[in-house]
Amino acid sequence: MLITCPYCGPRDVIEFTYQGDGNRERPDPASQNFEAWNAYVYDRLNPAGDHNEIWQHSGGCRAHLKVVRNTLTHEISSVAFMRSDHGRGDHGRGDHGSAARRKAEDKA
Amino acid sequence: MAEYSAFSLLANALKGNKDWKPAWRKPDPKASYDVVIIGGGGHGLATAYYLAKEHGITNVAVVEKGWLGSGNVGRNTTAVRSNYLLPANTRFYEHSMKLWENLSHELNYNVMFSQRGCLNLAHTPAQFDDYARRGNAMRHLGVDAELMTKAEIKRLIPALDISDSARFPVVGGLMQRRAGTARHDAVAWGYARGADRRGVDIIENCEVTGFLRDGDRISGVSTSRGDIRARKVAVAVAGSTGRVMQLAGIETMPIESHVLQAFVTESLKPFIDTVVTFGMGHFYMSQSDKGGLIYGGDIDGYNSYAQRGNLPVVDEVMSEMLALFPGLARVRMLRSWGGVCDMSMDGSPIITAGPLPGMYLNCGWCYGGFKATPASGWCFAWTIAKDQPHDLNAPFTLDRFHRGLVIDDKGQGANPRLH
Repeated sequence: MLITCPYCGPRDVIEFTYQGDGNRERPDPASQNFEAWNAYVYDRLNPAGDHNEIWQHSGGCRAHLKVVRNTLTHEISSVAFMRSDHGRGDHGRGDHGSAARRKAEDKA
Repeated sequence: MAEYSAFSLLANALKGNKDWKPAWRKPDPKASYDVVIIGGGGHGLATAYYLAKEHGITNVAVVEKGWLGSGNVGRNTTAVRSNYLLPANTRFYEHSMKLWENLSHELNYNVMFSQRGCLNLAHTPAQFDDYARRGNAMRHLGVDAELMTKAEIKRLIPALDISDSARFPVVGGLMQRRAGTARHDAVAWGYARGADRRGVDIIENCEVTGFLRDGDRISGVSTSRGDIRARKVAVAVAGSTGRVMQLAGIETMPIESHVLQAFVTESLKPFIDTVVTFGMGHFYMSQSDKGGLIYGGDIDGYNSYAQRGNLPVVDEVMSEMLALFPGLARVRMLRSWGGVCDMSMDGSPIITAGPLPGMYLNCGWCYGGFKATPASGWCFAWTIAKDQPHDLNAPFTLDRFHRGLVIDDKGQGANPRLH
């Protein structure tokens, strides 16, 4: 099984670590909705067919990837960075990140 | 009932073996049954057998998508053991062990149950201490367990690299002498014949495509061979649990399907007469009666319904085998295959009434379902017949995950690929 990393190109599955089901939505950390937490921790769609997954290119660039893979054929139809803002100057940290960088730049 | 005896073998041999009856009929499905069991694997067939034998419920159909025994009952590495840590698991698997010990006699079918022992190797003093704890927990509940020293292990398995220069030197091990292996096909065939002779219809090549409903209640199944109504519908489909439950409108389950590979070598002279497991990775091996070494390791580690795996696990399993048995380096592997495992969120199974009215569920066997076959069928039949669990399967509920009552023998948390 080959996974085409957006940075590194097609690489053998042995370079990647499976981080599990990508369909789950983590509740707000402050949430006290136990059912939502239970569902997040324990319940899985487990489809036979296309499956949204999280993989990390742990033996390469270490990026976390959103992968759509067919669980019947192991065919991979899409690979993308987990964060859609991956590669942006502020690395997705928004104002906080920009502020930190500006501060660093000011110092320099 | 004793169709196979020394006399019948001799009489049939003299007649050219032409008069043997098929072990089970090939009936067409009836319009309705008291119980329909989905899944003609070991667990489904055992359930049908014990429903008929223990509870007198014989108006039963087992519907199987493929041919009988085409799934995991014919794909496992045949090990049978009851060496668990937590009481719920220990009691359940020990009940299974006791059923195994009498199974050939019970079914009048030689399942070739061989109590050749199962040895878990320890490679660090801490792991040896942990095995001592597990052995004590087992003995506390009446299960046999004994710690073995290096010298004893060397005598038991001369081919094992027990030297201090091994990659992971062996410190000792935990042995369950009553553990062993059984011929998996014979288990399926024996239960099938026993159920069939008591009136159960085993319907092969009959895929369930949906569920019939009567209001909220499940009242039967739609299949590729027509609708079959049933007062009770029991699901025992292992790796296909997610797919079948989705047909019933249940979108999520505390289950992920993963592929587990197994391997067999060319036939060798007697090489190892026990089941051995590696403690510094995940590897287990035994020798079949034909002489092939049967071995396997971890699941591939990602969701899969394909009955085939990938090469990294092959490489890992072979490396682990050679770490223990360097002498096998030139032995050729003949075959490898994969089976789809229903990995639960705590590594323990689910045997329960529900989750819908009229439905009964048996799943979550991870990669250890074969040894559970007799007790799984026995407890599931009890649950179906009495609409309540037996004490032995009462802890194996579906709602235990949401109620904080998980039974996590390995302590891995809700991470199915690690169980």
